[in-house]
Amino acid sequence: MSETIPPTRRSAQDFETAVDSADRRVAAFDPHRRGPVEKLQHVLHSNPTLVPVIVLLGAVAVFGVVSGSKFFSAFNLTLIMQQVSIIGILAAAQSLIVLTAGIDLSVAAIMVLMSVIAGNLAVYSGVPAFLALIIAFVGGTAAGMFNGFLVTRVKLPPFITTLGTWSIFYALNLWLSGAQSIRSQDIDSAAPLLKVFGETIAIGPARITYGSILMVLVFLVLWYMLNRTAWGRHVYAVGDDAEAAELAGIRTGRTLMSVYALAGFVCGIAAWASIGRVGSISPQAFYEGNLQSITAVVIGGISLFGGRGSILGALFGALIVGVFQSGLRLAGVDVLWQVFAIGWLIIIAVAIDQWIRKVSA
Amino acid sequence: MNAPILSARGLQKRYGRVTALNDCDFDLYPGEILAVIGDNGAGKSSLIKALSGAIRIDAGTITLNNEEVHFSSPLQAQEAGIATVYQTLALSPALSIVDNMFMGREIRAEGIAGRWLRKLDHGKMREIAREKLSELGLMTIQNIDQPVETLSGGQRQGVAVARAAAFGSKVIILDEPTAALGVKESRKVLDLIQDVRARGIPIILISHNMPHVFEVADRIHVHRLGRRLCTVAPDDCTMSDAVALMTGAKAPPGESIAA
Repeated sequence: MSETIPPTRRSAQDFETAVDSADRRVAAFDPHRRGPVEKLQHVLHSNPTLVPVIVLLGAVAVFGVVSGSKFFSAFNLTLIMQQVSIIGILAAAQSLIVLTAGIDLSVAAIMVLMSVIAGNLAVYSGVPAFLALIIAFVGGTAAGMFNGFLVTRVKLPPFITTLGTWSIFYALNLWLSGAQSIRSQDIDSAAPLLKVFGETIAIGPARITYGSILMVLVFLVLWYMLNRTAWGRHVYAVGDDAEAAELAGIRTGRTLMSVYALAGFVCGIAAWASIGRVGSISPQAFYEGNLQSITAVVIGGISLFGGRGSILGALFGALIVGVFQSGLRLAGVDVLWQVFAIGWLIIIAVAIDQWIRKVSA
Repeated sequence: MNAPILSARGLQKRYGRVTALNDCDFDLYPGEILAVIGDNGAGKSSLIKALSGAIRIDAGTITLNNEEVHFSSPLQAQEAGIATVYQTLALSPALSIVDNMFMGREIRAEGIAGRWLRKLDHGKMREIAREKLSELGLMTIQNIDQPVETLSGGQRQGVAVARAAAFGSKVIILDEPTAALGVKESRKVLDLIQDVRARGIPIILISHNMPHVFEVADRIHVHRLGRRLCTVAPDDCTMSDAVALMTGAKAPPGESIAA
């Protein structure tokens, strides 16, 4: 039987010869049929930070018109920067985690715990302030690595891991502080270095705190790391598709671990900045900081599914929240409507993200 | 014939009570396209994963260029020169073509920026990526910075093959490269496979598509029940023979029936 069938090879199969006469174009798109909405979708897909930038500029313009110079003054705009600086730095840490398709509910808890540790050491135990701060940075990194260990080694979902460590860090913080604040004047006399980020540079009516500058610097450094180094490309690849990244030769466990460690370190920096911003060290401060940082990240257009978005989006996200709060307050709107507006911002931001992700070719 | 470039002897792999590889042998000779065929569950994937470092074997030896190798991760296999294009392609959809091609082997800028700030040389990577893609006739892709998710299936396959072929690989493993493609795109990928072979890189091709296998393969490794049943040349054998061999409807030709 087998002899009757001549072996065919080294040539296109018979049934494919018909293809030669067929239309050779493969999936050609008619460029004229792309409507303005599709074009917009396409532009936003390649520039994910554009949405938060437009929203931020739009909000500033609208509130500037509504509230006039009360809102649109150098003083008020720099005040907004100052108000969002701590949540902004936390949002930078949060962005790192979210880019890997994780979520970190413990960022603010790490920050407050580290500010309490630094304060206790410097104010009560007579440790030099710079050493206390270094211990806080190392401690923040260690706390982040603990999260990273649970996620990469014990293989727990990041949400559950950090839900647990949030409570653990918060409890440790209450225990170490005895639920007592460290008063501002005690810090001033024992370790003024801790409050350095509360100091301001006055340029005319503008009041730029060192904390605001620090926030911008943190974002710029992390942006550089994410976009201009191999490590950053690996973070995006792991967040995009961890299995594919592993097969492509990325040590995904190690990359994730470094991300959690770096996020913890940034929380340690936030701890220092927060002492300057608040003035005192309160174990109860920033209890909503975890969720506020997620809010900034989401409004900033970073996808919760990982691998998409720019970390600068989180900076704009934090500023958008600040602008809305300030603008609505100056317009005399009740606080509850500020919360209401932020809630809608979150939902709209995620809806836009979903829409942009549907783009094709 | 020369010595095999990649060979395996007595590979064993068990998953609990399931034996995926049972005393499996394997040989790939320089410059050839070796097709691996076998029914579902015959252990083709396990064999490929063992060769590409994605699983650890329980027993047996793998030799590459007459040196015994032990892979515990895909990265180690890649570094040794075995590049694998998985059926899933292992591309990051949101990242650009360049980023994907250089994933895990990015080029750092020279000087202080590269050494101390670990800055990447994007310009150089773009240039090399463009060069590698045009060598394989894939420059129909207009924008090398466009995300991979905006490419067609065949173009993605092309990027994955280009990545495998670009970095001094000694062996390329292609897992079902045409399974998800239409007739015309399959044709392009088959041409691409021939191009890669023409550059002297031996290829292991895993495929269910008999016409494709018989068209491009120099030898066919028939895998059955976790081991190599036999190897046949496509000239001495018909497609129905091959199917009969891999399903057990026909005994392997030659010396003796392997016990």
